[in-house]
Amino acid sequence: MKLNINGQTHQLDVEPEMPLLWALRDELDIKGPKYGCGIAQCGACTVLLNGEPVRSCAYPVSSAAGQQVVSIEGLAQKGKLHAVQQAWIDQQVPQCGYCQGGQILAAVALLKKKPKPTDEDIDAAMTNICRCGTYARMRTAIHAAARQAAQS
Amino acid sequence: MKSIQNTPINRRGFLQVSASATAALSLGFSLPAHTQAKQPQEVNAWIDIHSDESIVIRYARTEMGQGSRTSAPMLIAEELEVDWKKVRVEDVQAHESLKRKRAYGDMASVGSRTIRNSQDYLRKAGASARMMLVQAAAQRWGVAESECQAVLGKVVHTASKKSLTYGQLAADAAKLTPPKDVALKDPSTWTIAGKSIPRVDIHDIVTGKIRFGVDTQLPGMLHAAIAQSPVFGSKAVSIDSSKVDNRRGIVKVLNMGEFVVVVADNWWRAKEALRDVSIEWESSKYAQVNSASLMKLYREGLNQTDAAVARQDGNALATLAQANKVMESEYYTPYLAHATLEPMVCTAWLQDDQLQIWVSTQNPESSLTAAASTADVPQENVKVFAMQMGGGLGRKSPQDFTRQAVAIAKALPGKPIKLMWSREEDTQHDLYRPASLVKVRASLKPDGKPEALHIRVSAPSIFSQLLRMPLQNGVDPQAVASLNDHPYDIANCLVDFAQRSAHVPVGFWRTVGHSQNPFVRECFLDELAHAAGIDPLAYRLSLLPNNEKANRDRGILQAVAKAADWDKPLPAGVFRGIAETDGYGSYTACVCEVSVNAKSEVRIQRIVIGIDPGYAVNPDNIKAQLQGSVVHGLSAIFWGEMTVKDGRIEQSNFHDYRLMRMNEMPKVQTVIAASGGFWGGVGEPAQAPLAPALGNALFAATGKRIRSLPLKNHGLSLVKA
Repeated sequence: MKLNINGQTHQLDVEPEMPLLWALRDELDIKGPKYGCGIAQCGACTVLLNGEPVRSCAYPVSSAAGQQVVSIEGLAQKGKLHAVQQAWIDQQVPQCGYCQGGQILAAVALLKKKPKPTDEDIDAAMTNICRCGTYARMRTAIHAAARQAAQS
Repeated sequence: MKSIQNTPINRRGFLQVSASATAALSLGFSLPAHTQAKQPQEVNAWIDIHSDESIVIRYARTEMGQGSRTSAPMLIAEELEVDWKKVRVEDVQAHESLKRKRAYGDMASVGSRTIRNSQDYLRKAGASARMMLVQAAAQRWGVAESECQAVLGKVVHTASKKSLTYGQLAADAAKLTPPKDVALKDPSTWTIAGKSIPRVDIHDIVTGKIRFGVDTQLPGMLHAAIAQSPVFGSKAVSIDSSKVDNRRGIVKVLNMGEFVVVVADNWWRAKEALRDVSIEWESSKYAQVNSASLMKLYREGLNQTDAAVARQDGNALATLAQANKVMESEYYTPYLAHATLEPMVCTAWLQDDQLQIWVSTQNPESSLTAAASTADVPQENVKVFAMQMGGGLGRKSPQDFTRQAVAIAKALPGKPIKLMWSREEDTQHDLYRPASLVKVRASLKPDGKPEALHIRVSAPSIFSQLLRMPLQNGVDPQAVASLNDHPYDIANCLVDFAQRSAHVPVGFWRTVGHSQNPFVRECFLDELAHAAGIDPLAYRLSLLPNNEKANRDRGILQAVAKAADWDKPLPAGVFRGIAETDGYGSYTACVCEVSVNAKSEVRIQRIVIGIDPGYAVNPDNIKAQLQGSVVHGLSAIFWGEMTVKDGRIEQSNFHDYRLMRMNEMPKVQTVIAASGGFWGGVGEPAQAPLAPALGNALFAATGKRIRSLPLKNHGLSLVKA
């Protein structure tokens, strides 16, 4: 099957039911999406599929064939950070960083749908677990990224 | 681009073997080509100076989010007198330290001790290098050192205004004998330390470039999925792998006795196959154990007469025996799993008698010795690459997973093997925060203050069970932490410990004994204050004597109470509780404000949490640690509990071991009240006062005293305010 990841096409010969996460990590060496639970609970494996966040640990790779997959590695464009990544730096959001790729992608998807999200929008969209407890800073960073996008 | 964002994390060994050039680049080396050509000059073990005036400062502990990869080098840079923008941080590996006769000291990131235990030698390393650079300049100019000054990477001759850069002086400075007497700066003159400096690794984190232990990739690497006996301690008697032997990607199924592994070319294939390997585990007497039988075991400990004495002032038992009225309460805190988001992981590669491991470890030196002994090779033959950890929380200090990975690599010599535990294995084979049952008894004087206090702790011992260390006077220091060293003025006080060992493995969980005992101490104190009819803040302040330690307790208590407007009334329907603790060399206090409705929904209106760590090296990181401590604590307080049935842990993943999410996050206000004169930790202590402050607030709100955790067992749920 063919997979389009971060703008590049990859040819893959794997079981159709293999979760997308393991096709990315162990077949293609795309390590940004992380394993945390394997049952779509924590969201560390989040990637964007046609702009929508999906939990790749429980998403069959065959369902992603022919669609646009973006992992955290593919978010910055030509070395320029996405506004959400920059906001994450400005607010010093991450601690260990393990969940943060997934969190950033979830925030990117939220802002695309709702450029000016309310706290309730953020609560509804940001459901990934952060064990370090960076939730308050993520909220601030999302609002900051929204303001930034509105100004530019 | 700000150079701070560009700071690479150099894992030299990784580069030598990495299959992927892009992976190598992503790990760093974004230096301009001309500097790569020239060897940097090492001034001492901690500091390299490059000819382009960039400075490499080495970091010798590990990073799991606690932020010391940034704050420890800040202390060196402060004394070195350099522009922080020119500093790059490079991790030191355990084998490099071993080769230099442990030049880098203790490399473990445990016990919130990176800053407090290494600040002296880190600052001296910076100051010593600075003095050598000044001496080198003075010699070159033929002037007295006292006429020269180090300023932002240069040495300046004050009178003539002549200057030489560190890059120009480094080679000469390195030849000098390091000074014996090194004077350190007065912290009030700090320009780097004490400021909020961005994390040096943050750019690599937000771009997904940083490599965690799980991200190790080596040529020809295989993946191992593991099963350990559901009932702790049993071995695999036999396995039948016939269903999976010929399955795609499966390389080997191994019965290692203490565990069974499937080795495959993809971790998912290994994990899926493992489910179809039938394993017969030896039968175990522990299969009878359950949560109720464990509770019975701990209850017996409450009534044992010969418990080990952890603290004795006056005569508490005799005073209580004669008291007219004795208040008595029993408190329980459960077993807890660490649940680091990155599960246990280690990659091992044994080639002849040379071993390399890439591991998410809080203790790389311990990883090295564990790996060497498991492989039966000399320690000099082992290279350890300590990777970024996806959380540690105390779990990644013991090395069970390292030994397993090396044992598998030994069975498959020449092949790099990455062992990663599934979430289920991680949850069911943790080294759990011990459960603890505590009985507290007190009598009050006519003025309402405690006359006598007896605290009996019945619990397992981490020191004896995990570390296999003999207990000094029969007391596990963590089992009684914050009880035996309480600061309050109570004339008759007995704290004793009845060790009760179960087969459930125990370990160090973030904040360890201080994660549970303050709940007992500070909630019971609240009970006493309530019985005495005295405001809980005033009650605590009246019990704190006038000595150095108690004055710091008083200081943080007052600072947090002030920030929380303790002297002002609350809106209708809002109630609050307060607690104070000290641990890890720091002083912490917390005020929780809550509302509870008829449906037992708890709305946390505000948490004010504060710390006095002595010196605040990187204030924004301390703030982050306080915020994180609240989240970590609230998950445990509301939902955290490992239960045992048929000898095994019942919980298996995040659906039944619940962790807090964004939509439950309350408003947290932090207070950093660094009073100076001492060095305390920041990663763990702030969790300590949270549970009692919340418990006391819930009592204020409902009149019901919570004496066991988690709160879900009391029908209480967390709802966003």
